[in-house]
Amino acid sequence: MSAEAAVASTSNKSWGGGKSPYNVSWGKMYMWFFLVSDAFTFSSLILAYGVMRHRFSEIWPSANDVFTHFPFVEGHVPLAYVGLMTFILIMSSVTMVLAVDAGHRRDKKAVGTWMLLTIIGGFMFLGSQAWEWYHFIHGTEQGAYIHQDGTVGRPKVDHHTNAVDMNTLVLPGKKEISGSEAEAFKAKSEHFHGANLTKNEYGHPLFGDFFFFITGFHGFHVFSGVVINIIIYINVLNGVYARRGHYEQVEKTGLYWHFVDLVWVFVFTFFYLV
Amino acid sequence: MASHSNDHNHNEKKHGYYTGDIHNQFVEEHHDPKNVSIIWRTFWILLGVTLFEVGIAFTAIPKDILLVIFLVLTIVKAYYIVAFFMHLKNEKISFKYSILLPFFLILYFIVMAIAEGNYLNFIG
Repeated sequence: MSAEAAVASTSNKSWGGGKSPYNVSWGKMYMWFFLVSDAFTFSSLILAYGVMRHRFSEIWPSANDVFTHFPFVEGHVPLAYVGLMTFILIMSSVTMVLAVDAGHRRDKKAVGTWMLLTIIGGFMFLGSQAWEWYHFIHGTEQGAYIHQDGTVGRPKVDHHTNAVDMNTLVLPGKKEISGSEAEAFKAKSEHFHGANLTKNEYGHPLFGDFFFFITGFHGFHVFSGVVINIIIYINVLNGVYARRGHYEQVEKTGLYWHFVDLVWVFVFTFFYLV
Repeated sequence: MASHSNDHNHNEKKHGYYTGDIHNQFVEEHHDPKNVSIIWRTFWILLGVTLFEVGIAFTAIPKDILLVIFLVLTIVKAYYIVAFFMHLKNEKISFKYSILLPFFLILYFIVMAIAEGNYLNFIG
C-alpha cells in the first residue's frame, strides 16, 4: 500500500521516475540529438573556414566576384542565384511542415501531396547546386594567370560593359599591373580557368577547398534527405502510417529536412553574404 | 502498472501517439487550425529577411556594421526555423535546454578560434 502511494506521488513530477520526462517519442529524441551532433560538425567546418579566411584575408576572394551568374542573364549578377536557391529551400521547408501538419489531421492525401512537393523542391535545389558547381569548376572565359609563387593575376573586367582587358592584371589587394610588368608576370604563370582542389582562378585555393567540402557536405545532406523523403512518401501512399494511426514518422523526417534548411541559412551567410 | 493503462484509456480520444519506450507514454499532438497560418507567417518572415539581406549587401553601409547585421539576422532566421518549423517551441522546457545548451560549447569554440587564429600568421 505504501509502495503504491510512493509511485503515485512521484509520477506527478517529470524527473521523479516512472515516466518519460521529455514527453517525446524515443525516435524523435534520437533525431534531435543526432541533429545536435550534426550541427556541431557543420559548426566546426564553418569555423575552420572562418579561421582560414581570417588568416588569408588579404588574398581571399570575395564571393560576389565568384558567383556572379544567373541562368539566361548576361553579365554580373552576384547573390541573385544563391538567393533563388535559398528561396527554393525555404519553400520546400514550408511544404514539409505543411505535410507534418496534414499528418496531425490524419489527412493521408494532403500528406502525400506536400511530401511530393518537398521532394521536387529538394531536386530543384540539388540541380541548382550542380549548376553552381559547374560554373565554379569551369570558371570564366578569360580565366586567370596563376604565378609560380601562387599569386593570382586576374584580367581586368569592366563591370558595366563586361569588357575584358587581357593586358591588365589585377593582383591581390586590387593592385593593377600592365604592359611589360604584366608580360613578365604571365611568362612565369599558368593560364587557368575555374577551380579545382589545388588551383583557383579567383584567389586562394583554400577558398575552393572549403566551398567544395562544405557545400558538398550540405548537398550530400540534401540528397540523403530527398532519398529519405521518397521512402517516407512511398510509405504514406501505401497507407503504412494510416494503419499505424499516426504520422510521427513524417515529423521525424521533417526535423531532418528543416535542419538541412537551417544549415543552408548559415552557409548562405558565411559563404555568400559576408 | 495498472495506473499506466488507465492513462492510455483516458487519452485515447485525443490526437497523438505513444512514446514507444518502456513508459509508453501518450504524447498529444499540437493539433490547431492556427498552425497553417503560423507556417505561412514564418515563411514570409524568412523570405523577407533573406530579401532584406540581399538588398543591403551592396549598399554603402560599412562592412563591419553589415557583418553584425548579417550575423543577427542569421540567428533570427535560425530561431524561426527551429522554433516554428521544427516545433521546438512546443516541446517541454527541459527538452529545449538539453537541445540548446550544448551550443554554448560552440560559443566557447568560437572564442578559442578567434584567440588562436591570431597566431596563425606567426607559424606560416
